Amino acid sequence: MISPAPQASERGIRLDDVTVSFDREPAVHHVNGTFSSGSMTAIVGPNGAGKSTLLKAMVGIVQPDQGHVVLEGLSRAELGYLPQLAEVDRTFPITVSDAVGLGLWHRVGPFGAMTGSDGEIVKAALRTVGLEAMERRSIGALSVGQFQRLLFARLIVQDPQVLLLDEPFAALDELTTHDLLGLVLDWHRQGRTVIAVLHELDQVEAHFPSCLLMAREPIAWGPTAAVLTPANLRKARGLAHDWHGEVKAARPAMATELS
Amino acid sequence: MSDIHALLIDPWIAYGFMGRALVACFALSLGCGSIGILLVLRRMSLMGDAMSHAILPGAALGFLAAGFSLWSMSLGGLLVGLMVAILAGVVSRVTTLREDASLAGFYLMSLAVGVLIISKYGSNIDLLHVLFGTILAVDTPSLLLVSTIASVTLLTLAVIYRPLICECFDPGFLRTMGGGGSLVHIIFLVLVVLNLVAGFQALGTLMAVGLMMLPAAAARLWASDVWSLCIIATAIAFLSSMAGLLISFHVNLPSGPSIILVAGLAYLGSIVFGRNGGLMKRYFPQPHYHHQSS
Repeated sequence: MISPAPQASERGIRLDDVTVSFDREPAVHHVNGTFSSGSMTAIVGPNGAGKSTLLKAMVGIVQPDQGHVVLEGLSRAELGYLPQLAEVDRTFPITVSDAVGLGLWHRVGPFGAMTGSDGEIVKAALRTVGLEAMERRSIGALSVGQFQRLLFARLIVQDPQVLLLDEPFAALDELTTHDLLGLVLDWHRQGRTVIAVLHELDQVEAHFPSCLLMAREPIAWGPTAAVLTPANLRKARGLAHDWHGEVKAARPAMATELS
Repeated sequence: MSDIHALLIDPWIAYGFMGRALVACFALSLGCGSIGILLVLRRMSLMGDAMSHAILPGAALGFLAAGFSLWSMSLGGLLVGLMVAILAGVVSRVTTLREDASLAGFYLMSLAVGVLIISKYGSNIDLLHVLFGTILAVDTPSLLLVSTIASVTLLTLAVIYRPLICECFDPGFLRTMGGGGSLVHIIFLVLVVLNLVAGFQALGTLMAVGLMMLPAAAARLWASDVWSLCIIATAIAFLSSMAGLLISFHVNLPSGPSIILVAGLAYLGSIVFGRNGGLMKRYFPQPHYHHQSS
């Protein structure tokens, strides 16, 4: 079900001076750059740095006030978005296989019928993430880790060229993180573009070749080793201070990591 | 045996108004059951309540224009109900007020205007009819109206079902799939208002929403997928109407409140006995399954 993606050179996402604000307070400030085809980039920065907002602007959930998100050689249907867990209603009465089946939306649409082979695609995705036994269960019965596996299964069914993952491993146990990270690395090997908002800098250094460090505005963007330098991290923390007068929402862990 | 027959069956057959009331309740339950479930799932339970009050001035204006005419009162209720829903939606998008707060503002004004119009130009009896409904006075045109609304509701829900469910469960996903969420939301609001207009004739503006919310809240304690929820809510709504009508017939009580109270009992019973999160389940849990192999 995951076929190797065609290696087109010009299938990236270009950000042209992207600025997004809420109540005139900028959350993302003048971001320029390109996520090139097949790249694997981590977006890191202090809390409130606009990382999630930037992802949302790229998939079209929020509109930039200024600048553009340019999909080069890509259609919107080729973007797959993983929301933060908190943004999905986990008590909603829907079965695991129905929730994963939503990944077929681009082919089946709001009104079309699912065929038998669509059912097979859903089943195979559930097997890949290890939820085959839960197929008929309601999503309310899933643990946090299992629910994240479900959202990954939906992405597998969606089969997108670009994956935009918002904190894919937040609050997950070690085994689930290991399994899902494996899937992300597979996607990268298949030539897909991966963009992930992450908090664990060790994870970023170990697995993500590129990195965008931002604190509302981009501080550094390039090869991970060149981005995550003590000087840049200090600067990110400093900028977070400048905007708020203090690090408003930074968790202690993040503050020390970035110090 | 003949006693039971006289108690449970005869009223429907012997009295035409009881038979018509039962058919009207059946049609109402078909529409209101599913709409109520979706309101609960969309966390809009209080919205239904507010909308039902918002219908009043429209119905009152219709009453002013043509007296107790089904069509003018229903049309007035529909127009004003939709206007309040849309105004509240617009205000919440252009100001800092959230949708529930702006809706509360509009429906309270709307309710006051409605009561004012009817008190000024009608009699107290008229006001009581509008507030509490007259299901025993349902005639053939109103039967047609109520059953048409039920059919339109079920057919429309079938068409917008997938985007509607997706919009409740994961609205961000629908937006990344090209949107359509707002359109679905508006269509759904129209259905809510339509069903309230249908219920208004039978149960009055104060209690029309009862047949929508009580069975839905009760059903939520019994099932865990949308289909079963809708079926259970529809069944509870219909059985409550049936029992309520019988009680009101035999004990000579007003029909609207009787129906709603029976639905209320079903709700209380579900809170205690519901298999899906009820009190008994919580405080007297069944032992969990064990592996057979060990």
